[in-house]
Amino acid sequence: MSASTAPRAVNRRDFLKLTGLAGGGLALAFQIRSAHGGATPAGGEFRPNAFIRLAPSGAVTIVSKQPEMGQGVKTSLPMIIAEQLEVPWSAVTIEQGDFDEKLYGGQSAGGSRSTPNNYDQFHLLGATVRTMLVEAAARTWKVPAAECQAVEGTVVHSSGKKLGYGALAATAATLEVPAKENVRLKEPKDFKLLGRRIAQVDTPRIVTGQPLFGLDLQLPGMLYAVYEKCPAFGGKAVSANLDFVKTLPGVKDAFILEGNGKVKELNPGVAIVADSTWAAFSARRQLKVTWDEGKVAGESWDKFVAEARAKAAEPGQRTLRRDGDVAQALAGAAKKVSAEYLYPFISHANLEPQNTTAHFRDGKLEVWSPTQVPAAGVAMVTRVLGIPADKITLHLTRAGGGFGRRIGADYLVEAAAIAQRVPAPVKLTWSREDDLRHDQYRPGGLHFLQGGLDAQGRVTAWKNHFFTFGEGGQPGSGGSLSPDEFPGRWIPNFLAEQTMFDTGWPMGPWRAPGSCVFSWVFHSFIDELAHAAGRDPLAFRLDLLGTRDEMPAGGGGGGGKGKQGGGYSVARMRNILKFTAEKADWGKKQFPRGSGAGIAFHFSHQGYFAQVAEVTVSKDGQLRVDRFVSGGDVGRQIVNLSGAENQVEGSVVDGLGALLTQELNIERGRVVQGNFHEYPLIRITEAPAKIETHFLSTDHPTTGIGEPAIPPVAPAVCNAIFAATGKRVRQMPLSRVDLRWS
Amino acid sequence: MKYSLTVNGANRTVDVAPDTPLLWVLRDHLELTGTKFGCGIGQCGACTIHLNGVPARACMTPVSTVGRMKVTTIEGLAPAAGKLHPLQQAWTELDVAQCGYCQPGQLMTAAALLRDNPKPTDEDIDGALAGNICRCGTYTRIRQGIKRAGEILAGGKGVAQ
Ligand code: FES
Ligand code: FES
Repeated sequence: MSASTAPRAVNRRDFLKLTGLAGGGLALAFQIRSAHGGATPAGGEFRPNAFIRLAPSGAVTIVSKQPEMGQGVKTSLPMIIAEQLEVPWSAVTIEQGDFDEKLYGGQSAGGSRSTPNNYDQFHLLGATVRTMLVEAAARTWKVPAAECQAVEGTVVHSSGKKLGYGALAATAATLEVPAKENVRLKEPKDFKLLGRRIAQVDTPRIVTGQPLFGLDLQLPGMLYAVYEKCPAFGGKAVSANLDFVKTLPGVKDAFILEGNGKVKELNPGVAIVADSTWAAFSARRQLKVTWDEGKVAGESWDKFVAEARAKAAEPGQRTLRRDGDVAQALAGAAKKVSAEYLYPFISHANLEPQNTTAHFRDGKLEVWSPTQVPAAGVAMVTRVLGIPADKITLHLTRAGGGFGRRIGADYLVEAAAIAQRVPAPVKLTWSREDDLRHDQYRPGGLHFLQGGLDAQGRVTAWKNHFFTFGEGGQPGSGGSLSPDEFPGRWIPNFLAEQTMFDTGWPMGPWRAPGSCVFSWVFHSFIDELAHAAGRDPLAFRLDLLGTRDEMPAGGGGGGGKGKQGGGYSVARMRNILKFTAEKADWGKKQFPRGSGAGIAFHFSHQGYFAQVAEVTVSKDGQLRVDRFVSGGDVGRQIVNLSGAENQVEGSVVDGLGALLTQELNIERGRVVQGNFHEYPLIRITEAPAKIETHFLSTDHPTTGIGEPAIPPVAPAVCNAIFAATGKRVRQMPLSRVDLRWS
Repeated sequence: MKYSLTVNGANRTVDVAPDTPLLWVLRDHLELTGTKFGCGIGQCGACTIHLNGVPARACMTPVSTVGRMKVTTIEGLAPAAGKLHPLQQAWTELDVAQCGYCQPGQLMTAAALLRDNPKPTDEDIDGALAGNICRCGTYTRIRQGIKRAGEILAGGKGVAQ
């Protein structure tokens, strides 16, 4: 912050006395005005006072309201405010806000929505406060505001006079909040911060190992809990050797919780509370529970796969989309291709296992949790445990990975339920085995596809019978195929049917739900069609996209929701596809046998992405990704270039990792795998040698980047494998596929 | 049982069961939570510490086996208070972390690599870091970060950005 030369109107201590607010500053101005109605827009959602604190010392504190799980919003969203506020980033301190949606507005982090949901408001928020500081300087100097300009934490008059923001805080605090119309936003050409590479604000704590994550929390007198659930989903604890367990070293208590009968909420189980994590873990090894495993214990993945294959040729339970006459078009096709694609259930496997710390006293609950959707956790605690929302305080900790897992609040409600029985703060720690066996999984699926080409190699027919998994009559998250999912709407004779197996298995959103698997299936099959047509995979795709610029939502039969497909800018997709192909030197390289390139694209979460993989497969079937090029169009402005690139690089590794080895066997209603030796995650040795990320700025609203880069990864890699070896991958994970060639 | 340990140069005494993994001694009893729990079975490397300078899995190290060995954790990686290890500097410059949960373990493994091999190739790095999972997929930045730290160590090029 630049030094302020002018004397302060009010010294800091007086100022604090005036405002009566510890931490002081401009924050109060908004509060007072808000209380009067002032300039706060109707609905009470937009309360700028909650986000910015400007101390008379000049220190700027920006509160970050969104949960941070590695997606970088704790850095990128405050950057927007700082940009418009016109303060140097080095002068800003970021504080994580607690859960308080009345104060902050929505606080859920999922669906790549944090950026688009807050982008415009945060610009306005920063600019509004800057406008007030400029006005404060103008009044101090008795000059027109138009002669004053905010520059890096100071206001400068055309005469050269200068005052720091800190010196202006007291005066600014007395001003009315200007109406939106009287606030001028900084133009993108004047941005100093947005679009730059900025390291995450938690970096100093991360690299020195300071407490930060949910699991790192320590409270005086804290106890440590573990919670054993039935290995089969939804099973009940009938009895346990609790009296014995209570005699074990360090154990303070052990008890059975009934659960509320919902597999994604409070599961039945046995809690052990001890004076250390290890005492709880050790006692758990001696716990013996009699379970009533319930109805899901009869169900196995293999049985469903066999059943799907047996029913593949039958009509599906539901028609999702029907255009033209697919049977006739297939019958008349010059060439026909058919294939079965299969992918398994997988886990989120956040590296930080699920955990929550809770303290229940005097009817009030205080919670510290790494959660993506705090509102869901509070609502679940209220619903299941009867603690009113206004008696719950929820602190958001940094989360060691999200990927959609922490949209669920099962672990949070478990901790709260245990805390209700314990007269001390209690930290619930899931073991890795708990985490893998009680996730809310990405549903597996099978697709039975048939495609038809005319004599010119154009796609005239597409038929898919999709088998998915659900519960209570609804497909699991990511298990429902939109009738608008590409290439639905692009092919004249199109039939998408769906058959669902009802299970009691918990399913939940896994990074780019649905898209992360549908893109693999459809872009692999499109590649099969391109090959059958004897066409270049890029040219074939461009022809398939066609020449129109917009594809409206809807049409076709069936009742599915077109949520991700929706309105689709064909022009943006064509452009990003060409842009990426260019960056990746598509078609310009000669590959030796065993090496090759593959291409795919996908639209999801409002982002348009195309990707090219270059791979080498050794004769003994070892895959190496030599180069991976991504091109993304997420609108006008990349907020934090480093963070955005990191999300895309991470998506590439994540998409590749899911493809390579990830698979859960579900037998007798339970997950077989327990830890990373059975459920291997991608390691540095398997990461691409080179990842290149390019963004194309387009004149569209800025959107999120946590998910849209992941869907085309697997098909780009598998299409490259085909180019390299002639082997078509139709099953995930690759560890099940023989890639040897000679 | 009482154990006397040397952790980051300081003498610390704890009273815990002999089979308690050093991981939980550090985290629960010494309030050094930089060493992370990821799997508990030696598979992920989130709990990597140094024992006499050699990377070890704290989750697989019963406290009773530590004896007089010097324990170094991520909290003790920096050469002095207010200073950063070249790896910590490089991680900051290159914004390596995503969620950050694996990074203490990555840094501890990388520190041992860099001490023995100040100019590692990608292959050297992959070989040394193969035991450290990053669920967020920051592997390409980890490679860059280690190379950058090597440059800083060699007194090379100024700070980027
Ligand atoms: S926690 Fe020790 S290796 Fe995973
Ligand atoms: S940064 Fe999240 S696990 Fe590595």
